[in-house]
Amino acid sequence: MNAQRRDDRGNMDRRAFLKTTLLASGALLIGVGSCGNPNAGKTGRETWNPNLYVRIDPDGTITIVSKNPDAGQGVKTAFPMVVAECLEVDWKDVHVEQAPADDRYGRQALGGSRGTPDGWDDLRIAGTGALYLLMGAAAKEWGVPTSECSAASGVITHEPSGRTKAYASLLETAATLPAPEVSELKLKSRPSEFKLLGTFVPGVDNPKILTGQPIYGSDIRLDGMLYAVYQKCPVFGGKARSANLEHVRSLPGVTHAFIVPGTDEYSGLQPGVAIVAETFWEANSAREALEVDWETTHADSSEGYAEQAKTLAAEPGETLRHDGDVDATFDRSVTIVEASYHYPFVAHATMEPMNCTALLHESGKLELWAPSQNPQTQRKLISQTLGIPEGRIHVNQVRIGGAFGRRSRLDFAVEAAWIARETGRPVQLLWTREDDMAHDFYRPAGWHHFKAGLSDEGRMIAFDHHFITLGMGGKTVSGARLSANHYPAGLVPNFRLRQSIIETHVPTGPWRSPGHSAYCFAYQSFFDEVALAAGRDPLEFRLDLLSQSFGKPQLDTERGSGTLRVAAEKAGWGREMENNRGLGIAFHFDHRGYAAHVAEVSIDGDRFTLDKVYSAVDVGPILNLSGAKNQVEGAVMDGLSTTQLETTIAGGSAQQTNFHAHPMLRIDKAPEVECHFIQSDNSPTGLGEPPFAPVAPAIANAIFAASGTRIRELPFRRSGFIL
Amino acid sequence: MPQVTLKINGTEHTLDVAPNMPLLWALRDKLNLTGTKYSCGIGVCGACTVLVDGAPTRSCLMPATTMADREITTIEGLSADGNHPVQKAWNDEDVPQCGYCQGGQILAAAALLEQNPKPDDADIDRAMSGNLCRCGTYIRIRKAIKRAAQYAAEEGGDV
Ligand code: FES
Ligand code: FES
Repeated sequence: MNAQRRDDRGNMDRRAFLKTTLLASGALLIGVGSCGNPNAGKTGRETWNPNLYVRIDPDGTITIVSKNPDAGQGVKTAFPMVVAECLEVDWKDVHVEQAPADDRYGRQALGGSRGTPDGWDDLRIAGTGALYLLMGAAAKEWGVPTSECSAASGVITHEPSGRTKAYASLLETAATLPAPEVSELKLKSRPSEFKLLGTFVPGVDNPKILTGQPIYGSDIRLDGMLYAVYQKCPVFGGKARSANLEHVRSLPGVTHAFIVPGTDEYSGLQPGVAIVAETFWEANSAREALEVDWETTHADSSEGYAEQAKTLAAEPGETLRHDGDVDATFDRSVTIVEASYHYPFVAHATMEPMNCTALLHESGKLELWAPSQNPQTQRKLISQTLGIPEGRIHVNQVRIGGAFGRRSRLDFAVEAAWIARETGRPVQLLWTREDDMAHDFYRPAGWHHFKAGLSDEGRMIAFDHHFITLGMGGKTVSGARLSANHYPAGLVPNFRLRQSIIETHVPTGPWRSPGHSAYCFAYQSFFDEVALAAGRDPLEFRLDLLSQSFGKPQLDTERGSGTLRVAAEKAGWGREMENNRGLGIAFHFDHRGYAAHVAEVSIDGDRFTLDKVYSAVDVGPILNLSGAKNQVEGAVMDGLSTTQLETTIAGGSAQQTNFHAHPMLRIDKAPEVECHFIQSDNSPTGLGEPPFAPVAPAIANAIFAASGTRIRELPFRRSGFIL
Repeated sequence: MPQVTLKINGTEHTLDVAPNMPLLWALRDKLNLTGTKYSCGIGVCGACTVLVDGAPTRSCLMPATTMADREITTIEGLSADGNHPVQKAWNDEDVPQCGYCQGGQILAAAALLEQNPKPDDADIDRAMSGNLCRCGTYIRIRKAIKRAAQYAAEEGGDV
């Protein structure tokens, strides 16, 4: 019952199998399993480890378990669509159920645009396997060969006689048949084979979202539940020595106030003071009277980092990659272009602040509801911190009010678990916006020094890149690492990447397309400078860069240039522009996806308007056209928004702690977006991240085209432009 | 503790509230009406929007005690079964991403259409710019409001 299958990197090293069960209710359950150990099949000791289930009820309802968290990226709709497509059922008959955190489902995380590529095979195997069983059952009941049967809309038809049977009438017979070999299944894979996939399907949670039903973590209400706030030291990593707890406990509604010693781990239980009350309002009001003596160890500042970055820029740094001979090539280059770029820290600022509800049952079982991108890691962290065995921790998945990488860190969940255990009552911990923005895992700041050497035909023959980034203990912090193999590595004959590290105390983490999201701004802007210095068109320069390879570039250059061509064509690249208007182009490859944008801007003094963005994206076939377009439109809005935002550090703390100081995009500045998907026959990959990174440089390049001013720093305000 | 009687979605509720407790927390923590969302608490994001006598209002800033005798509509009460033209249009344009801001967006849109049954983009931008959406669903909000206007016109009447 085993067949080889690709893992998430495309390697054929896992084994999948199907298993069926007839439930007492008469429902047929079909699961896809995989053997964790690739050799297990040989020894015959596979463990039943289903990655997902499909259930067909006698009334014809198809239930599909959605195993991953949904924070708006749309997997809860798109994945069941894949099953429905392969199972040949109508979408209206499909019902989606959210799974709790459970190791049996394999990886359940949201992040890295990995959900789609990881799930693609299992989803198709489940749907197609179930279809084969039902076809087999119908053929058996009729005594005809399966090859004479076809399926559509939950009905099997015997073609020669025209007889039909609904799936729901075949469940018992289907359960008696052996599950098909995965290797025998013919899986749909091309857009030309799809009926449901690629169409516009509204989200399955819409009816609840649009009527305000309780589906988010912060909506959980339990009997006898108390509300907690948690005050941490404004200076990152500070510890509470003492606090006026007696006084705080005497305030209206307050039931508990205590110090949590915590750990030194930023992504674990950070030290702080918990205040618990009958309502959130009372807990948070009591906080105004809280006085804490904090022990702090640093007073880091953005200005201090900038000073250090200046000093380090003069040093050689550590060479991470060197192809050819960069210095010798500079000596024979006809033109040298040099520029430096910088971007600051940025908070995630999800609309739903961090929160978690925890209930310690009398049995000792700990139950949690948290908007978490990684419910399994959450369980592990809580188990380790509180000393409760993982088997006694149950994590429910709730809909997530925005994630963008923030909720891959589970500090808030372990805080809630600790507070619930201390109080012995069900507790909902809710962070205020101020907590959320003062204790984020920020997108890290960075500095890039570029130098390019051009040949007499205007080709970039040497590229030196000194990246000054942030680290702790000499190692780059999360989100602050630049892969030595990333574009344009492998496309320039003489290429060098150097790195220097500034020690930091600021917590950092993944932020929509970690790393890429910021440095793409730097080098896609710089390539514009290089193209112009070479007297070449920025589009033509980029296409030329993708046309030659030296060694093995990480990306498929054809798919890359495909997105550039489509975006440029749709935008009418090269057309005459009025005064004060301009077009800018940028391209990026990350998380296995390709995206190019052309931005059209107009400027009026120091104000700019992003009028329209033409986007071309290649992530293979599109699953849900609605969700996919929503991701691209959202990425454009987020990309534009982030050109205006920064979190500055002073005295060891974040300075912007609510939206008034963090001017996110509002509807009146939202551009039009024209989105084009290049639906190749490649396997589909994720869309949450790839379209984000090239937005900011496309805008910056358009502002240059309109104004002649080059933006080399985020937020744009620092280069004199506001939205 | 002060007592207040609030008329929410057509039903009267009498409750004890802490002095100065904003309507938002009375709804969420006292009445378990969690469709009204908290995000900023300082009146700048619109996640906590409710309709007070038909006007979009930031419930995070309004003390519950000042809301007696007012008609309060929350997202739970906008329609009997989610069939308000704005809700229908929101589904058909598939506006939500994470969805967290959408209750507030929908109420703001419903109030706009009540005032102006055929808003253009500029009207929409003006009426909706108090409501943040971190996921960036703004293009669809514009489309959905126009679609809702059409639905309401077809239904021949009141939004
Ligand atoms: S929570 Fe009231 S405006 Fe943001
Ligand atoms: S849909 Fe996520 S904040 Fe608006």
